[in-house]
Amino acid sequence: MRKNFQFRSLIGGSLLCIAANCVWAEETLTVVSFGGSYAKACVDGYHKAFTEETGIKIKLEDYNGGLAQIRAQVDAGSVHWDVVDTESSPLLTGCDEGLFEYVGDLDLPPAPDGTPASEDFFDGQIQDCGIGTLVFATVIAYNPENIDGEMPTTLQDFFDLEKFPGRRGMRRSPASNLEFALMGDGVPPDQVFELLSTEEGMQRAFRKLDSIKEHVIWWETGAQPPQMLADGEVIMTTAWNGRIFNAQVIEEQPFKIIWDGHLRDVGALTIVAGAPNLENAKKFLKFATSTRAMVGVANHISYAPLRHSGLPLVGKHAVTGEDMQPHMPTYPENSKNFLWNDVEWWSEREDELTERFNAWLSR
Amino acid sequence: MASTRSQNQEPSRLVPIGLALPLVAFVLVTFVIPLGTMVVQSAYDPQVAQALPKTLDLLRDWNDSALPSSDVFETIASELISSREDRSIGKVATRVNRIKSGSRSVFAKTARRLERVEDTDLKTAMIEIDDRWEDIELWRAIRSAGQKFTARHYLRSVDLEPAQDGGIQQVSEDQRIYNTLYFRTVYVSLAVTVLCFLIGYPIAYAIASVSDSWAKILLVIVLVPFWTSLLVRTTSWLVLLQNQGVVNDVLVWIGLVSDDSRLALVHNMTGTLIAMTHVLLPFMILPLYAVMRSIPPDYMRAAASLGANPIEGFVKVYFPQSLPGVSAGCLLVFILSLGYYITPALVGGTKGQLISNMIAYHIQTSLNWGLAAAISVILLIGVFVCYFIFDRWVGIDKLKLG
Amino acid sequence: MTTDKATEQASDVHISFDNVVKSYDGSTQVVKDLNLDVNRGEFLTLLGPSGSGKTTCLMMLAGFESITSGTITIDGRAIQDILPHKRGIGMVFQNYALFPHLTVRKNLSFPLEVRGMSASERNSRVMRALELVQLEGLENRKPRNLSGGQQQRVAIARALVFEPEIVLMDEPLGALDRRLREEMQYEIRRIHQQLGVTMVYVTHDQQEAMVLSDRVAVFRDGRIEQIATPETLYEEPSRVFVSSFIGDNNVLYGEVREVQDNDICHVSIGPDRNVQALSVEETKPGEPVWVAIRPERVGIAKTENQYSNQFDAIVNDIVFMGDHLRINVDTCGVRNFIIKIPNLVGHGAVLPGDEIQVGWATLDCRALSMDSEKT
Repeated sequence: MRKNFQFRSLIGGSLLCIAANCVWAEETLTVVSFGGSYAKACVDGYHKAFTEETGIKIKLEDYNGGLAQIRAQVDAGSVHWDVVDTESSPLLTGCDEGLFEYVGDLDLPPAPDGTPASEDFFDGQIQDCGIGTLVFATVIAYNPENIDGEMPTTLQDFFDLEKFPGRRGMRRSPASNLEFALMGDGVPPDQVFELLSTEEGMQRAFRKLDSIKEHVIWWETGAQPPQMLADGEVIMTTAWNGRIFNAQVIEEQPFKIIWDGHLRDVGALTIVAGAPNLENAKKFLKFATSTRAMVGVANHISYAPLRHSGLPLVGKHAVTGEDMQPHMPTYPENSKNFLWNDVEWWSEREDELTERFNAWLSR
Repeated sequence: MASTRSQNQEPSRLVPIGLALPLVAFVLVTFVIPLGTMVVQSAYDPQVAQALPKTLDLLRDWNDSALPSSDVFETIASELISSREDRSIGKVATRVNRIKSGSRSVFAKTARRLERVEDTDLKTAMIEIDDRWEDIELWRAIRSAGQKFTARHYLRSVDLEPAQDGGIQQVSEDQRIYNTLYFRTVYVSLAVTVLCFLIGYPIAYAIASVSDSWAKILLVIVLVPFWTSLLVRTTSWLVLLQNQGVVNDVLVWIGLVSDDSRLALVHNMTGTLIAMTHVLLPFMILPLYAVMRSIPPDYMRAAASLGANPIEGFVKVYFPQSLPGVSAGCLLVFILSLGYYITPALVGGTKGQLISNMIAYHIQTSLNWGLAAAISVILLIGVFVCYFIFDRWVGIDKLKLG
Repeated sequence: MTTDKATEQASDVHISFDNVVKSYDGSTQVVKDLNLDVNRGEFLTLLGPSGSGKTTCLMMLAGFESITSGTITIDGRAIQDILPHKRGIGMVFQNYALFPHLTVRKNLSFPLEVRGMSASERNSRVMRALELVQLEGLENRKPRNLSGGQQQRVAIARALVFEPEIVLMDEPLGALDRRLREEMQYEIRRIHQQLGVTMVYVTHDQQEAMVLSDRVAVFRDGRIEQIATPETLYEEPSRVFVSSFIGDNNVLYGEVREVQDNDICHVSIGPDRNVQALSVEETKPGEPVWVAIRPERVGIAKTENQYSNQFDAIVNDIVFMGDHLRINVDTCGVRNFIIKIPNLVGHGAVLPGDEIQVGWATLDCRALSMDSEKT
């Protein structure tokens, strides 16, 4: 009896969904993002405003990054995602594989003061297949409660087991770790990729990693580093600055970020090749890459606008009232010593280095 | 006359066929087609051949000790420009890059600048744009990537590569990873299987010997892990096992270990084994329970009446009869372990990287589905071998799941 | 060796149940205050309907059920604390319990192996046991490749191969068809006679019990109704339950009128109908009794007063049974009174509807007191 009822409501529900989908199909847009606090920041930061202004409803889906789902849709010829939030490296790979629409010629809105978009954006962030929207950083974070005495202040301290004994957290991937290793070994940021292009530089990076290998706990997902800090599993860890910000401001953890030697990378928006709502997707992309939208996100989570005009407009956190400026990777105080990720460099070597890194881990 | 007969006979034949159709369709759609696609992808990749057909024609006659002649340069120049226009140049670049790492950017860069070159000597012009065109290795890589049918993925998936002289060689030592991962995967799977057996057998025995009402309760307890998400279960093991975790806290509190020598239970092999054993235990218990429930108590009584003490009776009479359950459970757990990677990745530390993680990497990140497919095929062959051994040893029809 | 000992002490008590009680839940008693002696070399059958406690007794003896109170002794030694595998009792189970993963040979040598016997000794014993049950040549088969009868023989051989002094059998023939069952009955009888072991056999089939047993204990509701040789049980049942459980019986209800010195009593079974019967227990005039008459002891009277008890009857039905005729009549106010007449030449043909007279001798008719119902 009860089962029957559930069954019926299930059928009813799915019929409703199908019907509803048909109705929405005209004015909706499927936007795929990373979920969690970041997706929430986007919704509050500009999705709502977009729907208000255009009447286009946004259907938000979560994914864990990567290109597999996109490729599966494109290969099968049944694309149901429109706009995808992505990191710079998959953007490049996916672009090569023809998974994204060409958006390099979109007429992007100018800055509030009228500066054309081409000048307002950071260099090279209007790409063939995607438009950069934010700056995030991979940083070293620590929990002061787990460290006695002097606190670490530099990237060198992360590799200094004598001064700061204890376990470290690092991402299980060659990307970011090799750069940290060389900078931690005293290489100036502007020479890192040059040096990594040579076998000696590569060996030097691995040697540096060797020196702390026994004390490293490798993380896989972005949620792990703040958790490990809170649990006292590690005293320091590499982490994405937004995650640490979230722990600091929302969860009121005492975590601290070492901005010295951080790695900067961009997040971008892209349109899946063959997107069902291509025109709406383009409208969305223009809206989302406006200064106003970028600032809207930055007032919710510590990812900096990718337009020069956006930086000064970042104000207080929309919920807690925390001043967001000092949390921005691009804040002058934080920008004394850092390295921009070289996506081109990685795209040529990532496969090889992933194999090499895993082989190194296994030894 | 004939029509009456066929009318009479057809329904009886068509009904079972009709009933089986959804299953056939399901198997086709969810298994045969993806599997077929996978096998095809592991050995067939026409992208480069389609983008650079004329160049590859010319390279066939090229003796690969010196740079190709200028007409090869001219051909590839025009083909690069046209593939830039139809946006297939990226596919060429990634594929050549897989063979010769660090050559991805040369293609797009060259094609972009070539459009502006008026020069007739394209060879010099291209080398001027990027001196990597002077590298014979790059040309070899292009020729090799141009093969539609290739064993490269399979070689790579066992740490081999085509050698200069046409033979096969091992990849350089710091790149060798896949064989290590196969062995580690098999090792972890075997260890998990043994642990599941050691823990699961007594539990299944207990469930099979208590009264029906108790058995139901115990089965529910066994099945509860099934009802929670894998990630939640794995994460809760992290919370339990980590250095400042519950288990260590308890051990310190009762004084078994001192506070500064807390046990490393996670981010190592121990963690992998504990978490995976927990996750896969029901797959051992259920077939064991199904078989044990069907063993009448008279057998143990008969053994006792014949003078066997309980241990002898168990070893010589009960255990052999539970073997179909043992092998079914072990087969299931072993095969499932081979494909597990989320759990070991989260709790296994450096040793938590298994072969499936590389499959996931190549599917998700590098988009090298050919290599992912080749590794999967090798894994699949391993599974089939296990299945075959199982079939020979006990017979697959004995597989019971409850 | 066993055989010699058994014949020597043919009548001494081998197994003894003393005030044995079995209860699973603490209140309902499955076996109630049971006393039973089994003599050495005897073939004793526990007979009764299902749920009468006979199998429970067997299981307590084998050690697979605990004893709630009382004692069971073997050779005077209490066995409560002896583990089942040390009791040295051979047992044949209802479904044989042959180990399906072992060959016949391995099944038979199992008890010998656990006793640490040498391979050659094992082999010769196995061959002897197979010979005993006439299964030579099948030693390498698995049980599932044997017929039901063959499996039965293997089960018996296995229970005997280690030469136990006591062999228990729990409805061993229940799964066989009738013909095979009869064949195996004689087989078991032969083996028992050949070996002389003490056998305790459980069955609900009275015919089986008659064929096999030296003595039969009839169980009912956890008690023994009567324990005696098959002949005594049949001819001199002391309880109505026994009289109708063993063979067919016609039972008439009546009241004692008069008791003579020679145990003959007169029982009134209706208005103007009196029966002369043998009084089994002491009865007094006025007491209600059951009167039991075996169908084959009833005859069709050819003359008036041919029998001491003779009554009018109307034939309802006649069934031809081969060696005898089974006639169903109305008589003495009872429907379905059964008469069995041997199929002899000139037995006197009767037809349904015929009015005849039937009768029986006083000694073939037993008056059983009503009290026996409640005990």
